Amino acid sequence: MIKTDVLIIGAGPVGIFSVQQLGLLGLKAEVVDNLDKIGGQCIELYPDKPIYDIPAVPECDGETLTKNLLEQIKPFKTNFHLNERVQEISKDKNNWKITTNKNKIFFAPNIIIAAGVGSFEPRKFSVKEAEKFENKGIFYSIKDKNNFKNKKICIFGGGDSALDWAIELSKIAQVTLVHRRNEFRGAEHSATIAREFEKQGKLKIKTPFQIESIEGEDKITGITITKEDGKKEKIPTDCILGFFGLIMKLGPIVDWGLNLDKKTIPVNTENFQTNKNGIFAIGDICSYPGKLKLILSGFHEGALAARGCFKYARPNERLKFEFTTTSKTIQERLGVKK
Amino acid sequence: MPKINYIEHNGKNHTIEVAKELTVMEGAVQNNIPGIDADCGGACACATCHIYIDEKWFDKIPKIEDAEQDMLDMAYEPNKFSRLGCQITVTEELDGLVLKMPLKQA
Repeated sequence: MIKTDVLIIGAGPVGIFSVQQLGLLGLKAEVVDNLDKIGGQCIELYPDKPIYDIPAVPECDGETLTKNLLEQIKPFKTNFHLNERVQEISKDKNNWKITTNKNKIFFAPNIIIAAGVGSFEPRKFSVKEAEKFENKGIFYSIKDKNNFKNKKICIFGGGDSALDWAIELSKIAQVTLVHRRNEFRGAEHSATIAREFEKQGKLKIKTPFQIESIEGEDKITGITITKEDGKKEKIPTDCILGFFGLIMKLGPIVDWGLNLDKKTIPVNTENFQTNKNGIFAIGDICSYPGKLKLILSGFHEGALAARGCFKYARPNERLKFEFTTTSKTIQERLGVKK
Repeated sequence: MPKINYIEHNGKNHTIEVAKELTVMEGAVQNNIPGIDADCGGACACATCHIYIDEKWFDKIPKIEDAEQDMLDMAYEPNKFSRLGCQITVTEELDGLVLKMPLKQA
Protein backbone atom coordinates (compact mmCIF):
# COMPACT_ATOMS: atom_id res chain seq x y z
CA MET A 1 0.00 0.00 0.00
CA ILE A 2 1.39 3.36 -1.05
CA LYS A 3 0.23 6.72 0.32
CA THR A 4 0.78 9.82 -1.72
CA ASP A 5 -0.70 13.25 -2.40
CA VAL A 6 -1.56 12.63 -6.04
CA LEU A 7 -1.80 9.53 -8.17
CA ILE A 8 -1.16 10.37 -11.82
CA ILE A 9 -2.50 8.05 -14.50
CA GLY A 10 -0.40 8.33 -17.63
CA ALA A 11 3.34 8.92 -18.04
CA GLY A 12 3.09 11.03 -21.19
CA PRO A 13 4.50 14.56 -21.37
CA VAL A 14 1.50 16.08 -19.60
CA GLY A 15 1.60 13.55 -16.75
CA ILE A 16 5.34 14.08 -16.27
CA PHE A 17 5.07 17.87 -16.27
CA SER A 18 2.30 17.82 -13.71
CA VAL A 19 4.71 15.97 -11.37
CA GLN A 20 6.89 19.08 -11.61
CA GLN A 21 4.01 21.48 -10.98
CA LEU A 22 2.89 19.43 -7.98
CA GLY A 23 6.46 19.21 -6.73
CA LEU A 24 6.85 22.99 -6.76
CA LEU A 25 3.83 23.17 -4.46
CA GLY A 26 5.36 20.58 -2.16
CA LEU A 27 3.08 17.72 -3.23
CA LYS A 28 4.28 14.17 -3.88
CA ALA A 29 3.05 12.14 -6.81
CA GLU A 30 3.23 8.55 -8.05
CA VAL A 31 2.74 7.75 -11.73
CA VAL A 32 1.12 4.65 -13.24
CA ASP A 33 1.30 3.77 -16.94
CA ASN A 34 0.22 0.75 -18.93
CA LEU A 35 3.19 0.97 -21.30
CA ASP A 36 6.61 -0.44 -20.51
CA LYS A 37 8.33 2.92 -20.84
CA ILE A 38 7.86 6.56 -19.92
CA GLY A 39 6.76 9.06 -22.58
CA GLY A 40 3.30 8.01 -23.75
CA GLN A 41 2.45 8.79 -27.37
CA CYS A 42 5.71 10.77 -27.73
CA ILE A 43 7.69 7.58 -27.30
CA GLU A 44 5.23 5.03 -28.62
CA LEU A 45 4.05 6.84 -31.75
CA TYR A 46 6.66 9.39 -32.76
CA PRO A 47 9.98 9.04 -30.87
CA ASP A 48 11.94 10.41 -33.84
CA LYS A 49 9.40 12.78 -35.37
CA PRO A 50 10.15 16.43 -34.66
CA ILE A 51 7.66 18.55 -32.71
CA TYR A 52 7.71 22.27 -33.53
CA ASP A 53 5.25 23.80 -31.10
CA ILE A 54 6.74 23.40 -27.65
CA PRO A 55 7.22 26.93 -26.29
CA ALA A 56 10.86 28.05 -26.45
CA VAL A 57 11.92 24.76 -28.04
CA PRO A 58 12.00 25.39 -31.80
CA GLU A 59 12.41 21.72 -32.70
CA CYS A 60 12.53 18.58 -30.61
CA ASP A 61 11.62 14.92 -31.12
CA GLY A 62 9.39 12.90 -28.80
CA GLU A 63 12.32 11.09 -27.22
CA THR A 64 14.24 14.28 -26.39
CA LEU A 65 11.12 15.96 -25.05
CA THR A 66 10.54 13.03 -22.69
CA LYS A 67 14.19 13.00 -21.61
CA ASN A 68 14.12 16.73 -20.84
CA LEU A 69 10.87 16.49 -18.92
CA LEU A 70 12.33 13.69 -16.81
CA GLU A 71 15.39 15.84 -16.15
CA GLN A 72 13.06 18.60 -14.98
CA ILE A 73 11.35 16.37 -12.38
CA LYS A 74 14.57 14.79 -11.09
CA PRO A 75 14.51 16.76 -7.79
CA PHE A 76 11.19 15.14 -6.88
CA LYS A 77 12.44 11.52 -7.09
CA THR A 78 9.17 10.23 -8.49
CA ASN A 79 8.18 6.57 -8.68
CA PHE A 80 6.87 5.33 -12.02
CA HIS A 81 4.79 2.15 -11.98
CA LEU A 82 5.07 0.92 -15.56
CA ASN A 83 3.36 -2.03 -17.25
CA GLU A 84 0.52 -1.40 -14.86
CA ARG A 85 -3.01 -0.20 -15.44
CA VAL A 86 -5.31 1.40 -12.88
CA GLN A 87 -8.26 -0.90 -12.64
CA GLU A 88 -10.53 0.34 -9.87
CA ILE A 89 -11.05 3.41 -7.77
CA SER A 90 -13.23 3.85 -4.72
CA LYS A 91 -13.73 6.52 -2.08
CA ASP A 92 -12.13 5.86 1.31
CA LYS A 93 -12.89 8.75 3.70
CA ASN A 94 -10.79 11.66 2.42
CA ASN A 95 -8.79 9.50 0.08
CA TRP A 96 -9.29 7.67 -3.16
CA LYS A 97 -8.31 4.01 -3.00
CA ILE A 98 -6.74 3.11 -6.31
CA THR A 99 -6.10 -0.50 -7.34
CA THR A 100 -4.00 -1.57 -10.33
CA ASN A 101 -4.28 -4.72 -12.41
CA LYS A 102 -1.29 -6.04 -10.45
CA ASN A 103 -3.19 -5.45 -7.20
CA LYS A 104 -1.00 -2.60 -6.11
CA ILE A 105 -2.99 -0.24 -3.91
CA PHE A 106 -2.56 3.51 -3.57
CA PHE A 107 -4.28 5.91 -1.18
CA ALA A 108 -4.35 9.51 -2.34
CA PRO A 109 -6.70 12.46 -1.92
CA ASN A 110 -6.22 13.29 -5.60
CA ILE A 111 -6.10 11.52 -8.93
CA ILE A 112 -4.92 13.25 -12.08
CA ILE A 113 -5.98 11.44 -15.23
CA ALA A 114 -3.48 12.31 -17.95
CA ALA A 115 -4.21 9.23 -20.00
CA GLY A 116 -4.25 10.69 -23.51
CA VAL A 117 -6.70 8.67 -25.55
CA GLY A 118 -6.51 5.75 -23.19
CA SER A 119 -4.16 2.83 -22.89
CA PHE A 120 -2.33 1.35 -25.83
CA GLU A 121 -3.23 -2.14 -26.91
CA PRO A 122 -2.08 -4.05 -29.97
CA ARG A 123 -4.54 -4.13 -32.87
CA LYS A 124 -5.58 -7.78 -33.12
CA PHE A 125 -6.58 -10.12 -35.93
CA SER A 126 -10.27 -9.79 -36.68
CA VAL A 127 -10.86 -13.37 -37.91
CA LYS A 128 -12.99 -15.32 -35.47
CA GLU A 129 -10.44 -18.04 -34.66
CA ALA A 130 -7.90 -15.44 -33.52
CA GLU A 131 -9.11 -15.13 -29.94
CA LYS A 132 -8.96 -18.88 -29.31
CA PHE A 133 -5.32 -19.07 -30.34
CA GLU A 134 -4.12 -15.88 -28.64
CA ASN A 135 -0.85 -16.66 -26.84
CA LYS A 136 -1.24 -20.22 -28.13
CA GLY A 137 0.19 -19.66 -31.58
CA ILE A 138 -0.92 -16.07 -32.15
CA PHE A 139 1.27 -13.35 -30.68
CA TYR A 140 1.33 -9.55 -30.83
CA SER A 141 4.75 -9.11 -29.27
CA ILE A 142 7.86 -11.22 -28.83
CA LYS A 143 9.40 -11.82 -25.44
CA ASP A 144 11.97 -14.45 -26.38
CA LYS A 145 12.76 -15.06 -30.02
CA ASN A 146 14.17 -18.51 -29.23
CA ASN A 147 10.62 -19.75 -28.73
CA PHE A 148 10.27 -19.46 -32.51
CA LYS A 149 13.38 -21.44 -33.43
CA ASN A 150 12.84 -23.79 -36.41
CA LYS A 151 9.13 -22.97 -36.52
CA LYS A 152 7.02 -22.02 -39.50
CA ILE A 153 5.91 -18.43 -38.84
CA CYS A 154 3.62 -16.01 -40.64
CA ILE A 155 4.22 -12.36 -39.80
CA PHE A 156 1.55 -9.76 -40.63
CA GLY A 157 2.09 -6.02 -40.96
CA GLY A 158 4.03 -3.43 -42.91
CA GLY A 159 5.72 -1.30 -40.27
CA ASP A 160 9.07 -1.52 -38.54
CA SER A 161 8.08 -4.24 -36.07
CA ALA A 162 6.86 -6.53 -38.85
CA LEU A 163 9.92 -5.93 -41.03
CA ASP A 164 12.48 -6.13 -38.22
CA TRP A 165 11.07 -9.36 -36.81
CA ALA A 166 10.68 -10.91 -40.25
CA ILE A 167 14.36 -10.24 -40.93
CA GLU A 168 15.51 -11.34 -37.48
CA LEU A 169 13.40 -14.50 -37.25
CA SER A 170 14.22 -15.56 -40.82
CA LYS A 171 17.69 -16.42 -39.47
CA ILE A 172 16.31 -19.08 -37.12
CA ALA A 173 12.92 -19.99 -38.59
CA GLN A 174 10.89 -20.33 -41.78
CA VAL A 175 9.21 -16.94 -42.18
CA THR A 176 6.46 -15.65 -44.46
CA LEU A 177 5.77 -11.92 -44.29
CA VAL A 178 2.21 -10.95 -45.27
CA HIS A 179 1.05 -7.37 -45.84
CA ARG A 180 -2.15 -5.80 -47.19
CA ARG A 181 -0.34 -3.74 -49.85
CA ASN A 182 2.90 -3.84 -51.80
CA GLU A 183 4.54 -0.90 -50.02
CA PHE A 184 5.96 -1.19 -46.52
CA ARG A 185 5.70 1.82 -44.25
CA GLY A 186 8.68 0.75 -42.13
CA ALA A 187 12.21 2.09 -42.63
CA GLU A 188 13.29 1.92 -46.25
CA HIS A 189 16.51 0.07 -45.52
CA SER A 190 14.61 -2.65 -43.62
CA ALA A 191 12.24 -3.08 -46.56
CA THR A 192 15.27 -3.35 -48.87
CA ILE A 193 16.85 -6.04 -46.67
CA ALA A 194 13.56 -7.96 -46.57
CA ARG A 195 13.29 -7.86 -50.39
CA GLU A 196 16.93 -8.95 -50.64
CA PHE A 197 16.29 -11.87 -48.26
CA GLU A 198 13.29 -12.80 -50.40
CA LYS A 199 15.49 -12.98 -53.51
CA GLN A 200 17.97 -15.16 -51.65
CA GLY A 201 15.17 -17.48 -50.58
CA LYS A 202 15.61 -16.74 -46.87
CA LEU A 203 12.19 -15.18 -46.50
CA LYS A 204 8.85 -15.34 -48.31
CA ILE A 205 6.85 -12.15 -48.87
CA LYS A 206 3.14 -12.20 -49.76
CA THR A 207 1.58 -8.88 -50.81
CA PRO A 208 -1.10 -7.58 -51.20
CA PHE A 209 -2.67 -10.26 -49.05
CA GLN A 210 -4.85 -10.28 -45.96
CA ILE A 211 -5.78 -13.06 -43.57
CA GLU A 212 -8.94 -15.00 -44.39
CA SER A 213 -9.00 -17.81 -41.84
CA ILE A 214 -6.91 -19.76 -39.39
CA GLU A 215 -6.89 -23.57 -39.50
CA GLY A 216 -6.27 -26.00 -36.68
CA GLU A 217 -8.07 -27.67 -33.79
CA ASP A 218 -5.91 -27.54 -30.66
CA LYS A 219 -3.04 -25.81 -32.34
CA ILE A 220 -2.59 -23.78 -35.50
CA THR A 221 -1.77 -25.85 -38.56
CA GLY A 222 -2.11 -23.24 -41.25
CA ILE A 223 -3.77 -20.11 -42.53
CA THR A 224 -5.59 -18.99 -45.65
CA ILE A 225 -4.79 -15.59 -47.08
CA THR A 226 -6.68 -13.68 -49.78
CA LYS A 227 -5.45 -11.32 -52.43
CA GLU A 228 -7.45 -8.23 -53.42
CA ASP A 229 -8.72 -10.02 -56.56
CA GLY A 230 -10.11 -12.83 -54.40
CA LYS A 231 -7.32 -15.31 -55.09
CA LYS A 232 -6.71 -17.49 -52.04
CA GLU A 233 -3.58 -19.23 -50.81
CA LYS A 234 -3.03 -21.71 -48.00
CA ILE A 235 0.14 -21.54 -45.94
CA PRO A 236 1.10 -24.22 -43.41
CA THR A 237 2.23 -22.48 -40.24
CA ASP A 238 2.89 -23.08 -36.54
CA CYS A 239 2.45 -19.55 -35.35
CA ILE A 240 1.21 -16.15 -36.44
CA LEU A 241 2.56 -12.78 -35.40
CA GLY A 242 0.47 -9.63 -35.87
CA PHE A 243 2.10 -6.19 -35.95
CA PHE A 244 -0.72 -3.87 -36.97
CA GLY A 245 0.27 -1.06 -34.64
CA LEU A 246 -1.44 0.02 -31.47
CA ILE A 247 -4.96 1.13 -30.86
CA MET A 248 -6.05 3.18 -27.91
CA LYS A 249 -8.79 2.17 -25.55
CA LEU A 250 -10.20 4.10 -22.63
CA GLY A 251 -10.37 0.87 -20.63
CA PRO A 252 -11.54 0.78 -17.01
CA ILE A 253 -11.83 4.61 -16.81
CA VAL A 254 -15.36 4.32 -18.21
CA ASP A 255 -16.46 2.45 -15.06
CA TRP A 256 -15.44 5.09 -12.53
CA GLY A 257 -18.62 7.12 -12.58
CA LEU A 258 -17.04 10.05 -14.38
CA ASN A 259 -19.03 12.09 -16.86
CA LEU A 260 -17.91 11.17 -20.36
CA ASP A 261 -18.36 12.93 -23.66
CA LYS A 262 -17.57 10.38 -26.35
CA LYS A 263 -14.07 9.32 -25.35
CA THR A 264 -13.19 12.42 -23.33
CA ILE A 265 -13.80 13.57 -19.77
CA PRO A 266 -15.47 16.99 -19.38
CA VAL A 267 -13.72 19.26 -16.88
CA ASN A 268 -13.99 22.82 -15.62
CA THR A 269 -11.31 25.22 -16.80
CA GLU A 270 -10.56 26.64 -13.37
CA ASN A 271 -8.70 23.59 -12.08
CA PHE A 272 -9.61 20.81 -14.55
CA GLN A 273 -11.60 18.87 -12.01
CA THR A 274 -14.08 16.30 -13.29
CA ASN A 275 -17.54 15.72 -11.84
CA LYS A 276 -15.83 13.98 -8.88
CA ASN A 277 -14.02 15.97 -6.21
CA GLY A 278 -10.32 15.22 -6.22
CA ILE A 279 -10.31 13.66 -9.68
CA PHE A 280 -8.80 15.85 -12.35
CA ALA A 281 -8.35 15.22 -16.07
CA ILE A 282 -5.73 16.96 -18.20
CA GLY A 283 -4.18 16.60 -21.65
CA ASP A 284 -5.84 14.92 -24.62
CA ILE A 285 -8.35 13.05 -22.45
CA CYS A 286 -10.13 16.14 -21.09
CA SER A 287 -12.65 18.29 -22.89
CA TYR A 288 -13.97 21.80 -22.39
CA PRO A 289 -15.06 24.57 -24.74
CA GLY A 290 -12.07 25.51 -26.88
CA LYS A 291 -9.98 22.46 -25.94
CA LEU A 292 -6.90 21.99 -28.11
CA LYS A 293 -5.17 18.62 -28.15
CA LEU A 294 -1.69 20.11 -27.91
CA ILE A 295 1.12 19.27 -25.52
CA LEU A 296 1.41 22.92 -24.56
CA SER A 297 -2.26 23.06 -23.54
CA GLY A 298 -1.70 19.98 -21.39
CA PHE A 299 1.14 21.71 -19.55
CA HIS A 300 -1.14 24.63 -18.66
CA GLU A 301 -3.88 22.25 -17.56
CA GLY A 302 -1.37 20.41 -15.34
CA ALA A 303 -0.29 23.63 -13.64
CA LEU A 304 -3.87 24.50 -12.71
CA ALA A 305 -4.84 20.95 -11.73
CA ALA A 306 -1.85 20.89 -9.35
CA ARG A 307 -3.35 23.87 -7.52
CA GLY A 308 -6.68 22.06 -7.41
CA CYS A 309 -4.95 19.06 -5.82
CA PHE A 310 -3.37 21.23 -3.13
CA LYS A 311 -6.78 22.00 -1.65
CA TYR A 312 -7.47 18.32 -0.92
CA ALA A 313 -3.90 17.34 0.00
CA ARG A 314 -3.34 20.24 2.43
CA PRO A 315 -6.86 21.27 3.49
CA ASN A 316 -5.62 23.41 6.36
CA GLU A 317 -2.96 25.30 4.46
CA ARG A 318 -3.26 28.34 2.28
CA LEU A 319 -1.61 28.14 -1.12
CA LYS A 320 0.68 31.08 -1.71
CA PHE A 321 1.44 32.03 -5.28
CA GLU A 322 5.20 32.12 -5.87
CA PHE A 323 7.66 32.34 -8.72
CA THR A 324 10.52 29.87 -9.20
CA THR A 325 12.84 32.83 -9.81
CA THR A 326 12.38 34.33 -6.36
CA SER A 327 10.82 31.81 -3.95
CA LYS A 328 13.26 30.33 -1.45
CA THR A 329 10.79 27.53 -0.64
CA ILE A 330 10.51 26.48 -4.26
CA GLN A 331 14.25 26.69 -4.74
CA GLU A 332 14.73 24.42 -1.74
CA ARG A 333 12.29 21.92 -3.23
CA LEU A 334 14.23 22.04 -6.47
CA GLY A 335 17.52 21.66 -4.59
CA VAL A 336 18.97 24.73 -6.24
CA LYS A 337 19.08 27.16 -3.30
CA LYS A 338 22.53 28.72 -3.06
CA MET B 1 -24.90 21.84 -49.51
CA PRO B 2 -23.54 18.52 -50.78
CA LYS B 3 -25.33 15.46 -49.43
CA ILE B 4 -23.23 12.60 -48.06
CA ASN B 5 -24.64 9.11 -47.50
CA TYR B 6 -23.13 7.48 -44.43
CA ILE B 7 -24.09 3.82 -44.21
CA GLU B 8 -23.57 2.10 -40.89
CA HIS B 9 -22.14 -1.41 -40.85
CA ASN B 10 -25.63 -2.77 -40.12
CA GLY B 11 -26.91 -1.09 -43.30
CA LYS B 12 -28.64 1.91 -41.75
CA ASN B 13 -28.30 4.91 -44.03
CA HIS B 14 -27.87 8.52 -42.91
CA THR B 15 -28.08 11.13 -45.65
CA ILE B 16 -26.62 14.33 -44.29
CA GLU B 17 -25.99 17.75 -45.78
CA VAL B 18 -22.38 18.62 -45.08
CA ALA B 19 -20.99 22.10 -45.64
CA LYS B 20 -18.23 22.40 -48.20
CA GLU B 21 -14.73 22.67 -46.71
CA LEU B 22 -15.64 20.31 -43.87
CA THR B 23 -14.19 16.81 -44.01
CA VAL B 24 -16.28 13.67 -44.34
CA MET B 25 -15.21 12.81 -40.77
CA GLU B 26 -16.34 16.20 -39.41
CA GLY B 27 -19.69 15.83 -41.19
CA ALA B 28 -20.24 12.56 -39.34
CA VAL B 29 -19.02 13.70 -35.93
CA GLN B 30 -20.97 16.99 -35.96
CA ASN B 31 -24.15 15.10 -36.81
CA ASN B 32 -23.56 12.33 -34.28
CA ILE B 33 -23.43 9.58 -36.88
CA PRO B 34 -22.35 6.39 -35.10
CA GLY B 35 -19.40 4.40 -36.40
CA ILE B 36 -16.76 7.11 -36.74
CA ASP B 37 -14.62 7.77 -33.68
CA ALA B 38 -11.95 10.26 -34.86
CA ASP B 39 -9.82 9.90 -31.72
CA CYS B 40 -7.07 12.23 -32.90
CA GLY B 41 -9.46 14.94 -34.02
CA GLY B 42 -8.64 14.85 -37.72
CA ALA B 43 -4.86 14.87 -37.84
CA CYS B 44 -4.38 11.65 -39.82
CA ALA B 45 -2.83 10.13 -36.71
CA CYS B 46 -5.11 7.35 -35.53
CA ALA B 47 -7.16 5.47 -38.19
CA THR B 48 -10.42 5.65 -36.23
CA CYS B 49 -12.37 7.51 -38.93
CA HIS B 50 -11.83 4.61 -41.32
CA ILE B 51 -14.51 4.28 -44.02
CA TYR B 52 -15.10 2.25 -47.18
CA ILE B 53 -15.91 4.42 -50.20
CA ASP B 54 -18.58 3.05 -52.51
CA GLU B 55 -16.91 1.47 -55.54
CA LYS B 56 -18.60 3.87 -57.98
CA TRP B 57 -17.30 6.88 -56.06
CA PHE B 58 -13.79 5.71 -55.25
CA ASP B 59 -12.03 7.20 -58.27
CA LYS B 60 -13.84 10.55 -57.94
CA ILE B 61 -12.12 11.25 -54.65
CA PRO B 62 -8.71 12.96 -54.59
CA LYS B 63 -5.97 10.34 -54.50
CA ILE B 64 -4.71 8.91 -51.25
CA GLU B 65 -1.37 10.15 -49.91
CA ASP B 66 1.35 8.03 -48.31
CA ALA B 67 0.70 9.17 -44.74
CA GLU B 68 -2.96 8.16 -44.99
CA GLN B 69 -2.06 4.84 -46.61
CA ASP B 70 0.41 4.15 -43.78
CA MET B 71 -2.22 4.95 -41.19
CA LEU B 72 -4.72 2.63 -42.88
CA ASP B 73 -2.36 -0.30 -42.17
CA MET B 74 -3.49 0.12 -38.57
CA ALA B 75 -7.20 0.30 -39.31
CA TYR B 76 -9.74 -2.44 -38.62
CA GLU B 77 -10.10 -4.62 -41.74
CA PRO B 78 -8.95 -2.20 -44.42
CA ASN B 79 -9.62 -3.04 -48.07
CA LYS B 80 -8.89 -1.39 -51.41
CA PHE B 81 -11.78 1.06 -50.96
CA SER B 82 -10.59 2.17 -47.53
CA ARG B 83 -9.96 5.82 -46.75
CA LEU B 84 -9.78 8.01 -43.66
CA GLY B 85 -12.75 10.35 -43.40
CA CYS B 86 -10.58 13.17 -42.04
CA GLN B 87 -8.57 13.30 -45.26
CA ILE B 88 -11.52 13.84 -47.61
CA THR B 89 -12.79 17.40 -47.94
CA VAL B 90 -16.40 17.78 -49.03
CA THR B 91 -16.80 19.57 -52.36
CA GLU B 92 -19.67 20.13 -54.81
CA GLU B 93 -18.29 17.23 -56.87
CA LEU B 94 -18.83 14.86 -53.94
CA ASP B 95 -22.57 15.62 -53.72
CA GLY B 96 -24.23 12.21 -53.32
CA LEU B 97 -21.10 10.42 -52.08
CA VAL B 98 -21.82 6.98 -50.63
CA LEU B 99 -19.60 5.45 -47.97
CA LYS B 100 -19.79 2.62 -45.48
CA MET B 101 -18.48 2.33 -41.97
CA PRO B 102 -16.50 -0.73 -40.78
CA LEU B 103 -17.82 -3.05 -38.05
CA LYS B 104 -15.71 -1.13 -35.55
CA GLN B 105 -12.94 1.43 -35.38
CA ALA B 106 -10.85 0.48 -32.36
